[in-house]
Amino acid sequence: MTIQQPKIDTSPKVSDEVRRTTCYMCACRCGINVHMKDGKVAYIEGNRDHPVNKGVLCAKGSAGIMQVNAPSRLRKPLRRVGPRGSGEFREIEWDEAISTAVGWLNELHETAPQKLAFFTGRDQSQSFTSFWAQNFGTPNYAAHGGFCSVNMAAGGIYTMGGAFWEFGQPDWEHTKLFMLFGVAEDHDSNPIKMGLGKIKARGARVIGVNPIRSGYNAVADDWVGITPGTDGLFILSLIHVLMKAGKIDLDYLSRYTNAPVLVNATEGPEKGLFLRDADGKPLVIDRVTGKPTAFDKPGVRPDLSATYEKDGVTHRPVFHLMAEKYLSDDHAPEAIAERCGIPASRIRAIATEIARVAFDEAIELDHEWTDFRGETHSKMIGRPVSFHAMRGISAHANGFQTCRALHVLQILLGTVEVPGGFRFKPPYPKPVEAHPSPHGDRRPGRPLEGPHLGFVRGPEDLLIDDCGTPQRIDKAFTWENPMSAHGLMHMVISNAAAGDPYKIDTLFMYMANMSWNSSMNTKGVMEMLTARNEDGKYTIPRIIYSDAYSSEMVAYADLVLPDTTYLERHDCISLLDRPICEADAAADAIRWPVVEPDRDVRGFQSVLIELANRMNLPGFTNEDGTPKWKDYADYIVNHERKPGIGPLAGFRGENGDKEGRGEVNPDQLNRYIENGGFYVAHIPEGADYYKPWNAAYQDWAVGMGIYDSPQPYLFQLYSEPMRKFQLAAEGHGDRQPPERLRQRIKDTMDPLPIWYETDQQGNEGFTVNALTQRPMAMYHSWGTQNAWLRQLHGRNPLYVPTKLMREHGLQDGDWAKVSSPHGEITVPVMEMAALNDNTVWTWNAIGKRKGAWALQEDAPEATKGFLLNHLIHELLPPKGDGQRWANSDPITGQAAWFDLKVKIEKADPPNDAESQPEFGPIKSPVGTGPKDLAWKVGK
Amino acid sequence: MHPAPSVIIFTTCSGLGFGLLFFLGLGQPAVTGFVAFVFYAIAYALAVGGLLASTFHLGHPERAWKAFSQWRSSWLSREGWCAVTALIVMGLYALGAVFMGSHWAVLGWVGALLSLATVFTTSMIYTQLKTVPRWNMNLTPAMFLSFSLAGGALLAGAEALAPWLLVLAGAVQLAYWAKGDGAFARSGTNLGTATGLGDRGAVRAFEPPHTGTNYLLREFVHVVGRKHAQKLRVISFGLAFVLPLLLILIPVSGVAIKHIFALLAVLSHLTGAVVSRWLFFAQAEHVVGLYYGKR
Amino acid sequence: MTQLPQSTERKMGLVIDLDTCVGCHACVISCKGWNTENYGAPLSDQDAYGANPSGTFLNRVHSYEVQPAEGHAQLIHFPKSCLHCEDAPCVTVCPTGASYKRVEDGIVLVNESDCIGCGLCAWSCPYGARELDVAEGVMKKCTLCVDRIYNENLPEVDRVPSCVRTCPAGARHFGDLGDPNSNVSKLVAEREGMDLMPEMGTKPVNKYLPPRPKDQIEDQIDILAPLLAPVAEEPKGFLGWLDKTLEKL
Repeated sequence: MTIQQPKIDTSPKVSDEVRRTTCYMCACRCGINVHMKDGKVAYIEGNRDHPVNKGVLCAKGSAGIMQVNAPSRLRKPLRRVGPRGSGEFREIEWDEAISTAVGWLNELHETAPQKLAFFTGRDQSQSFTSFWAQNFGTPNYAAHGGFCSVNMAAGGIYTMGGAFWEFGQPDWEHTKLFMLFGVAEDHDSNPIKMGLGKIKARGARVIGVNPIRSGYNAVADDWVGITPGTDGLFILSLIHVLMKAGKIDLDYLSRYTNAPVLVNATEGPEKGLFLRDADGKPLVIDRVTGKPTAFDKPGVRPDLSATYEKDGVTHRPVFHLMAEKYLSDDHAPEAIAERCGIPASRIRAIATEIARVAFDEAIELDHEWTDFRGETHSKMIGRPVSFHAMRGISAHANGFQTCRALHVLQILLGTVEVPGGFRFKPPYPKPVEAHPSPHGDRRPGRPLEGPHLGFVRGPEDLLIDDCGTPQRIDKAFTWENPMSAHGLMHMVISNAAAGDPYKIDTLFMYMANMSWNSSMNTKGVMEMLTARNEDGKYTIPRIIYSDAYSSEMVAYADLVLPDTTYLERHDCISLLDRPICEADAAADAIRWPVVEPDRDVRGFQSVLIELANRMNLPGFTNEDGTPKWKDYADYIVNHERKPGIGPLAGFRGENGDKEGRGEVNPDQLNRYIENGGFYVAHIPEGADYYKPWNAAYQDWAVGMGIYDSPQPYLFQLYSEPMRKFQLAAEGHGDRQPPERLRQRIKDTMDPLPIWYETDQQGNEGFTVNALTQRPMAMYHSWGTQNAWLRQLHGRNPLYVPTKLMREHGLQDGDWAKVSSPHGEITVPVMEMAALNDNTVWTWNAIGKRKGAWALQEDAPEATKGFLLNHLIHELLPPKGDGQRWANSDPITGQAAWFDLKVKIEKADPPNDAESQPEFGPIKSPVGTGPKDLAWKVGK
Repeated sequence: MHPAPSVIIFTTCSGLGFGLLFFLGLGQPAVTGFVAFVFYAIAYALAVGGLLASTFHLGHPERAWKAFSQWRSSWLSREGWCAVTALIVMGLYALGAVFMGSHWAVLGWVGALLSLATVFTTSMIYTQLKTVPRWNMNLTPAMFLSFSLAGGALLAGAEALAPWLLVLAGAVQLAYWAKGDGAFARSGTNLGTATGLGDRGAVRAFEPPHTGTNYLLREFVHVVGRKHAQKLRVISFGLAFVLPLLLILIPVSGVAIKHIFALLAVLSHLTGAVVSRWLFFAQAEHVVGLYYGKR
Repeated sequence: MTQLPQSTERKMGLVIDLDTCVGCHACVISCKGWNTENYGAPLSDQDAYGANPSGTFLNRVHSYEVQPAEGHAQLIHFPKSCLHCEDAPCVTVCPTGASYKRVEDGIVLVNESDCIGCGLCAWSCPYGARELDVAEGVMKKCTLCVDRIYNENLPEVDRVPSCVRTCPAGARHFGDLGDPNSNVSKLVAEREGMDLMPEMGTKPVNKYLPPRPKDQIEDQIDILAPLLAPVAEEPKGFLGWLDKTLEKL
């Protein structure tokens, strides 16, 4: 018989309209097509034209519809009525909210601007928020980089003018061997997945170095389940083997790095500093003339080997120092294998494979290019080995040096900015010299003299006053962490609570869940936020907080400024900030209100402008006293950082036909919207590799406004700024570190990458490494309020390796007490075999405080979910020297989350079968979400 | 499998009801008038009640009539046809018995056959499922039919046949349990074949796709403790077979006592059958549980 | 009609690359989004913000650990949705004809207006591909985005299932597995694509590409090969080598 099928409509109308904007479900910033039906968001997919995601979209991105409609959205400004932390608020009008904030802030601006600490979390408008803080005059501004990944960023900038993620990417099209270290599957999430897909499609090898074999490491062809915190040791051993075998790119090293630069080798105040000419240019020995010559002189052929004596002072090339250091048997695989938990044979095998691919499978592109010395090359040589790393290697107290070591490995192989290797994304490469140094002056009523954050060149750039007192509340850029390029957000609350180095009046935070998952020592932070002086007043007198959602932090604010969701706002992802560029293009993007808020909320940046206008902050006010901008959209279009350079690089000029530099175009936002919400300026062929030294790239970058003049530079295998701090610690120079830090600075700030064991004081008996990762489908706490995503990860077990499960008699679903020198938690466990034998881990930020995020109080996130944060303190255990040393990298201040060591014991299930510790519920200012959902906006 | 009350009630009651109809159709007992009415009322209450109960687990019971359309391929559809025709045919036969005092033998035989066919089609709904190895056995229809016949015989008061049918059903039940316990392992399906990864090493379910529950887990994953199951089997066997046998075989005098004993035997059998049917579902392991590392 | 067609004109389906899937759940949520808004009833969620959230999804990503006889355990992410079997038991068990396999492309669909929500199709499916929607009382399953793949309102490049369009790693491929020259058939041939539970006799159209062998570097690479022979044992010798090599540059 014939089969009669139902007739179905295979061509239904998909939507009334597609509005293209930029995702904000994480920091990846993909382009999205928002399909609208009846003026409502119906469906979200990736934008195929977008440079970041080229059409694909992750789970978070597709779940945006549940975020934009999340019941946890704040609805109106709130003024606290109950005690801090209770969640008791009254709703107020915006007029009252703004005038309250102005009332608090204006006085500080005019009298003591440093008493405002303004810190933003996962803020994507840092060039704007820092501009605001700069004009307010407070030195106390930073975003969340200090507890995220400053080691990676600063290690990269100091070494080669850029790091991974926003700074650069593997050459996915050409690479033949990809090695990734400690990537927690979040940052740059779609591009990495896309890149892995490309590599996998051609069957190239992926090596994953990570104690945990999940996510990207699960698809790696070879897994190196390294002992946490020993990545540097492993990398230096690879360097040892490769150098010893001569498998390094000498031509590259001599041309593009400071390997040939002459270093003073004689004891004294100059030891370890570069030999420079009168113009301050580092000198190399020219192999042609045999004479010391400026590194960038046309025609110079730098010698990697020759030494130079002058006035009885010996100068040796950097490469000599490297050979001395890295050829030592201390770095042999056999010497470090046990410590790293990797067999020596495996280390050698990996080194062999790296060498084979880099040198035997080198590729050549027929692109002619001219270098900064004027030499024209007919080809581009590619060494198709690429690397990527992230927080796994950086969130250790030895992370900065480890990140440097990885970059040095890349550079020795000649794989940076070459085909098949690692490629920078504009505005990078950008050497330290092209970055500002930090500014921390405080002058009532006047703006800061320059940007808050920057890159110190030596002790002279530290933000300390003559008695050594830190200028910043977070003690960034001090002897304790001289190169803290991103500030130390994780120290702000504890320092403010302790009044050390001084007391503040108002803590102003944006998108930073400090009373929960974004702090170490969560319980301690809650106590600090609610601590009172003897007079009964709060130690931190005022807290203003802005967030779109009812996060845990909301309950601790005195004044809450409700932000919009990402589909209801203007934003710009700017070349001045953290842009969305690709290796062969500069790109920036906007967000625009594809839907209007249905609540009484305002975009935070527009609120900042309103506050600035009410206070007549200098940079925001015309000479006639009128405000320059009425809201953020106005600022995005009309602000000029320098003449012709504004937040957005595309569609500039009267006709919208200029890119990079050009006059303000009042129609700019519309042009962006028409173009899909972004702008791409392609790097011409021939300018797209060897960027730091490629004259064509440098010229293009100047034209784009990325540099004011060409900025060719050498990769800094040897970091002279670090040596300057060491010299100070050795007693040279006017600015001297306090005695207690002298030895540590000498030991850690080696100008060549080293590995050192992190401070294990107090860790006796705590021998198991404990880590966290973010699930790919969630982004910190944001995922929990999302009805779709929370079904994927609604609770988090502690993953325990098979060996430890056996040792402790544990089975899936059992409970374990996990303790550290700082605290203990009792949590459910689950076995994982593909895990380093001595490491436990869990998903980060699944655990939630009862009453937050509009969840019901018995939600699994609040009953079973837990944070490892309770085990981590921002300070190390007391050493008996009267000091509490920071649990941070001594160079950058990066929070050393991953140095955590714990002890694990089988435990009885807690009485209420809830993970411990438990905290009382906070009253939800937005109630709880509806019971059931069946979301369909179309008919 | 989730032991849903609706399907347990459905299969036990309708099995019993159609079993009784089978005997009534064969003229066993050849009752007429009011007595016939009572017998038929019991039979229809069980059969129709069971069928109605089965609609409780439907998402759209109002569309249940659509289920008649696919008799060519679907055992559930065939069951619907058999049940309805059996009920109609036996209804006509019952009219004759109750109101006209006559037994239209051919109609009765057809009705009896259709009643048994209904039980068979019900059993085939489960038997056909390769996904549930414990059901995917010839013993499944044998068990459904033997239960139906034994229960029907008890209800029909077929004194001669009932003990034999009880013994037969009990034996089938034991065989079903014995064979069923090894069925999953014999099926050859395991996490290795489910994932295709079995030849690489030992496969173990790690993170589930969702941390909460879902339809699949609610419907297909039900864990019964081994000891618990053994206990229930003993109870079920005792109530379904041993006790009824004793009750009908013990020589007693007096019609009233005899009827009370027969009633007790029926109730005992019914209770045992319910427990057996609960185990039939609760112990059945769907292969989809493998994907979740659960059975 | 619940009888299966003798044969289908094409065998549209997915090829899922287990060597590439990183387990990000992108396909899961994209599917949820598209199919909530499109074909049939929305995919509902119960207790969405409460203690026991549970919703209908047509595609789920499992993960498995494989412990080989020797070497490290491996973790494999495993997306699973309807395999659109050639011999689909879910179709033949359906009493109402709501479940059917399309003649033109082999897609197994549920005609929701005929579905009585008996659940038997889900019982018959070994793969857990069908979920009964609690709010609507009808069976939901992967439609292979039948309302996308022929949709003339979408650009041609987008006429693929939403899970395929969104997959960041490119681990999901869509095409006609009945055509030996299609991209998907070639992938299956090259990478030895496999069936899940072949013993069930369902003849799944969707295929899985097995993970490539892992952790072989020490076996594959001869560390004693000349590649890594030291140029010198001591730093001094190294500098000698350096001079010599630089001469050649």
